[in-house]
Amino acid sequence: MYDIIIIGAGTAGLSAAIYGLRAGKKVLVLEQLSYGGQIINTPEIENYPGIKNISGFDFATGLYEQAAALGAEVKYEQVTGIADGAEKTVTTSGGTYNCKAIIIATGAKNRPLGLERETELVGGGVSYCATCDGAFYKKRPVAVNGGGNTALEDALFLSNYCSKVYLIHRRDAFRGEVKQVEQLKAKENVEFVLNATVTALLGREQLEGVEVTDKISGEKRTLQVDGLFIAIGQMPENAVFAPLIKLDAAGYVEAGEDCRTNVEGIYAAGDCRTKTVRQLTTAAADGAVAALAACAYIG
Amino acid sequence: MEVMTITSENFEKEVLQSAEPVLIDFWASWCGPCRMLSPIVDQVAAEATGGFKVGKVNVDEEGELAEQFNIMNIPCLLVFKDGKVANKSVGMIPKPQVEQLVKSAM
Repeated sequence: MYDIIIIGAGTAGLSAAIYGLRAGKKVLVLEQLSYGGQIINTPEIENYPGIKNISGFDFATGLYEQAAALGAEVKYEQVTGIADGAEKTVTTSGGTYNCKAIIIATGAKNRPLGLERETELVGGGVSYCATCDGAFYKKRPVAVNGGGNTALEDALFLSNYCSKVYLIHRRDAFRGEVKQVEQLKAKENVEFVLNATVTALLGREQLEGVEVTDKISGEKRTLQVDGLFIAIGQMPENAVFAPLIKLDAAGYVEAGEDCRTNVEGIYAAGDCRTKTVRQLTTAAADGAVAALAACAYIG
Repeated sequence: MEVMTITSENFEKEVLQSAEPVLIDFWASWCGPCRMLSPIVDQVAAEATGGFKVGKVNVDEEGELAEQFNIMNIPCLLVFKDGKVANKSVGMIPKPQVEQLVKSAM
């Protein structure tokens, strides 16, 4: 019997573990893949208060070691369901665990385009992480799809390596920072492909190009690229909680700044819940809020 | 089992001519997911009782090997059998999947 079971070992989940453990609670953290969450893909973090510069990997490892040193139990198992009752239960690929409170901290993952053969081509030209894979496309033509900060950052990063960078966006204006758009406009090897969507991935084992369709004219055009970097945002993975927990239309857990869900004693922390700002600091903050709320609930 | 450091110099002997399947982890120090996967590969090697070998290729130092096998995303795991790529996996995967990747080539 645990006091608190935390689902997800990203920044929100591990922060919650630290607060729960420091309050003297018995904590189990369940993670399906590896600790750290999305931040491990970030080469340099420069906006976490009090830390000038740190890699995402070092940050995640520090957080993990801090939680582990306090006595966090971490199991690498996939959660298949949760249930409410006199005791709450969490079912996983490895067993069933009882607890008094649950914190859902499942984060978010990269949203795929949903095109045919997209999954197959990951490893053969399709990527969701420009900073991880960009260096393999030196002097080669690539495309970035998206209009937010990640897409703009990716395009800028790639423009330093690649012979050509097409920035494909479904609108004619960007959601991302104006400064970055200006920087991209000044680059000779960057071409904006606006009001357009990627409609097909070309090539067999390796990507050889993408078909883009103009949203206004309906005209199709082929861009000959060796790489496509998809940066169209994130999506949550909360379907497993849907029978019990209220989700919004996009699948995020409905919870406010107090991290409370529609079920008493079950909380949602970090990117997996409805919120406007999804940053490292807000994930850590949610971890603290949810854990302290869980402690108060347990009594 | 010891994890081998694979370079273009020992690749032919240790991987292509290996009598047993070889699991190769293509990685880089600046790649967070690679550093998450790396200890898992170490663990798989440490727990192995034989039947396969395990090696790592640093793509920054061994660009030619990465290019030769069309490595476009890392971390990337390749399983070589009889001098050919038998299995491939891209991205961070949990330990049972790493083991499965090797076993299915054995």
